[in-house]
Parts: sequence; structure tokens; C-alpha cells
Amino acid sequence: MSRPALLFALLLFATAALFTADLAVGSVALSPAEVWQALTGRAADPTIRDIVLKIRLLKALTALAAGAALAASGLEMQTLFRNPLAGPYVLGVSSGAGLGVALFLLGAPMLGLAGHSLLRWLGIVGAAWLGSALVLALVLAVSRRIRDIMVILILGMMLGSGIGAVVEILQYLSTETALKAFVVWTMGSLGDITAGQMTVLLPVVLAGLVLAVAAIKPLNLLLLGENYARTMGLDIRRTRTLLLLSTVLLAGTVTAFCGPIGFVGLAVPHLARMLFRSADHRILMPASMLAGAALLLGCDLVSKLLALPVNTITALTGIPIVIIVVLRNRTLF
Amino acid sequence: MGISLKNITLAYGSRTLLENVSAEIPPAALTAFLGRNGTGKSTLLRTIAGLKRPATGEIRLCGRPLNSLDNRQLAATVSFVTTEKIRTANLTCEEMVALGRAPYTDWIGRLRETDRECVRRALETVGLAGHIRKTLDTLSDGEYQRAMIARALAQDTPVILLDEPTAFLDLPNRHAMVSLLGRLARDEGKCVLFSTHDLEIALAHSDAVLLIDPPHLLRLPASEVTSEQLLDRLFEGSGMR
Repeated sequence: MSRPALLFALLLFATAALFTADLAVGSVALSPAEVWQALTGRAADPTIRDIVLKIRLLKALTALAAGAALAASGLEMQTLFRNPLAGPYVLGVSSGAGLGVALFLLGAPMLGLAGHSLLRWLGIVGAAWLGSALVLALVLAVSRRIRDIMVILILGMMLGSGIGAVVEILQYLSTETALKAFVVWTMGSLGDITAGQMTVLLPVVLAGLVLAVAAIKPLNLLLLGENYARTMGLDIRRTRTLLLLSTVLLAGTVTAFCGPIGFVGLAVPHLARMLFRSADHRILMPASMLAGAALLLGCDLVSKLLALPVNTITALTGIPIVIIVVLRNRTLF
Repeated sequence: MGISLKNITLAYGSRTLLENVSAEIPPAALTAFLGRNGTGKSTLLRTIAGLKRPATGEIRLCGRPLNSLDNRQLAATVSFVTTEKIRTANLTCEEMVALGRAPYTDWIGRLRETDRECVRRALETVGLAGHIRKTLDTLSDGEYQRAMIARALAQDTPVILLDEPTAFLDLPNRHAMVSLLGRLARDEGKCVLFSTHDLEIALAHSDAVLLIDPPHLLRLPASEVTSEQLLDRLFEGSGMR
């Protein structure tokens, strides 16, 4: 068995094992056999069936989708900007989504728009898409004029901080209930997804992942920079649009539903590069998706065991990986 | 057929580099492109590669107008080796050269046996057959430049453009590089145009010289010029003679 095939098999196994463990672990500990019975509808105890199917399965599926989505969008950003530190968070895409959500959650009550819960969720998702698309389009437009990678990174960070300040002003001005709803959102959670929301989250993330797979050949060409890619037949405008759309669907949607989950998008592509020792996106894209899903499932597991927000766990797992990448200081692009 | 430039005017920002110039660059020949810094060599190469539009005029590649070609057709007609240094870690020499097959592969870039054969031949031609597993960040400057030329060869185009392929190379490597380009042009019938500042080396291996004498563009057969005459042309108006 070749090295990539072996690694893919291991990753698949790890993802499946973590998925099962995520279903078994929680306030009520279940055995794998009980989980299996609940999943196949043969559970004796209806309470166990409800715990598994109505709570834990939704949460595990969310972790699976969100992990794959964030990692795929991170890989797309890193190759597009030819920058090892690019990611949905660093480039301000997540904060753009955050601003959209803040404007909606804090602004709508100010305007007296309370509304139906489904309407509220569609509003949150729409606002996040709009916010992340706007920030990404802005960063992309500037990156076309200014080639310097540092400038783009600084711009992304400044945009993020600027947006953060605007969000704080909004928080200062808003009512207690609206504020609470927003603060809870910013903590990031994989567990607040209802079955209804899942019917939006899964198809949209899947669409984003399909676009990411469609972008594999353009991403490989972009490894040599835009000029070379163009002389080898790449339609650069179409590629940028494809990647922008994919990232907004992936990072924007996940941020809308789960809040800002940092470091998965930044760290997982590096993890995939280290494991597979490849630059080929035909390997890196599926590897990042699998590793992202596994990592977020693992983080969710730990966060459940320690009763901490999943955000803190992803940060503590992702930061060492990023530090290793920076310390090795290898020319990635 | 090669490259045909007709009434081309080129500008960089607000500065006019070339005004209403025409030239024919023949196939199966190596043409050296000379001119002082900032006279528009890179800009003209980028324009012929389709990365930039000329202000006016028409460029024909192998008889067909450049702006009538779509992205894929253009990529199958002209390949370009730029001065950019791409040092992607984890990307092997072989994988990088295989990217040159992009105009001919499917949506995910799968290589067929003919593509693999093409990549193998290209690497052999530039003498890198023993380096296929080496990653780009571990190649020397000379090896990197040859790998980039192999990529252009794998792209299998009748026209190959190179922007200062001899920069960063030591003297023996410069001679080896330009004589390799000469062999490619004559043996494989390709139209090869490369910019350089090495007059002696250019004259020793090229069939013709394309010279920017702002705002004019001259094409001279290499056998009819000496480096003294070229130096006179290049230094004209610089106040150094």
C-alpha cells in the first residue's frame, strides 16, 4: 500500500472512530453497542434513542461538516493568496460573517424586528454570507493591486479588528437580550443546531465542498503563481469567483451556524501537508477535509469531557501546529 | 510562421515604451532579445504571452491573431518562463513539469500515458531526469531554471518565451543554458525568444537578435552583427561613449 493510501485509510478510520466516540460520550455515557442500536433503531430505551438521534448525532454531524468546511476553505485561501498564514479567520472572512450576524442580531431588535425563529436563522445565515463575501471581495480586490503578501495579511487583520470595534459599538448600544444572543453566538457552539437548521447547513456545506473539489486543478496551477497559471490556460477571473463562492459557502455558513471557530482552517491544511508531504491538491483537498472533520470531532469530544467551549479547544490544538509551521520556516509558496 | 508583431505600441503606465513597431520572429530559430533595463523587454514578452494587451497593433502567433485564441488555445501555442522564483516546498520537479500538461488534461488534471511520456522527455531534454523526486525548494538556481524550461517543453507549444533565463547563473551554466535553447529551437522547430544582457553568449548561440533601440525594434541576423556594434546601439545616448 502506498503512503498516501495508507494515510487516507488511517484518517478515514480516525474520523469514523471519533464520530462514534462523539456519539457515545456526554453527560450520559453510552457503550458503542448502545449507540449502534440507537442508530439502527433497535434501542430498547427511548431516552437513549433520543439522546443519540436528536442531540448527539446532530452535533457530531455538525462537527464533521464544519471541520471539513473550515479546513477546505483554509486550503483554498492559502493557495489563492500563496500565504501559509491565510485562513478564513486571519483574512477577516470570519469577522465579516461576525459583523453580518451582529448587525442582524443586534440591529434587528433595534428596528423592532423580532420575528419567527426560522426567519431569524435564515437572517443570521444570510447576514453571515453577505458579511464574509464583502470582506473577501475587498481583500481580493486589494490583493490584485498590491502583490505584497504582508500587506494583505495586515489588511485582513486590520479589517478584522476594525469590524471588531464596530461590533463592540453595536453591543454597547443594544438591549440585554439581543446582547446575550450575540455573546452566546460568539462563543462558538456545535450543539445549537436543530434538525431544521441541519437541512440548510448540510446541503450548503456540501455545495461548497463540491466547488472546492472542482477547484483542485486551478489550485494546483496557482502553486506556480498567477502569471504561470494564466500562461498554462487558467481563466483567472473564473477561478477567483469559484474560490470566493466556495469559501463564502463554507466558512460563511459554518460561522453563521456555529459562531467563529478559529484555527481549524489555518492549521489543518498544514497538518495535511506535513502528513502527506505533498503540494498536490488532489491529495491535500480530500486530506484536509478528512483531517478537519477528525480534528473538530476530537475537539468536540474534549470540550464535552472538560465542559469547555469548543472554540478554546480548537485554539489550543491549532496554535501549536501553526507555531511549528512558523518555526520550521520552510518556503511553502 | 513564429511570432509576428504588426504596428505594436506598448506603454507601461503613462510611459510609451515602443511605438508602432513591427517584427517577424521565425520558427526553428533562437532569437536573443536585447535592450537596456526599462526599455520594455519584459513588457513585450508578457504581451506576446497574452498576459497584457498592447495599446495598439496586432500580434499573430503561428499565423493566428493572439486575441482570437481562447485560454486553452493560447496555452497550447505559447509557453513562458518568467523571472519569478517559485520555491514551493513539497512540490517535486516532476509534478511541477507535469503542470505544463494542464491545457491537455481533464478537469482534475489526470495524466494519461502520453502526458507522462511528454513530461519524461522534457526532463530528459534539460538533463534533469535524475532529479524528478527533488522538491523545488532544494533545486539550485541552474536546476530550477532548467526545470522551468522543462515545464515549458511539456506544454508542447510552437512558441517559447523566456525572460532572462541566464540571470543568476554562473558563466558555464549560461553557455549551457543558451546552447540548450538553440538546440531546442533547431531540433524541434520551435520559435524561441529569450531576453538577456549577455551579448557575447547571445551572439555565440543565437540565429538572430531582436534589439530595442527606443522607441524602435530592430531584428538583425546574428551573423551580421558584432558585439561592438550592439554595444554602440545599446549605449547610444547614455553619455558613456
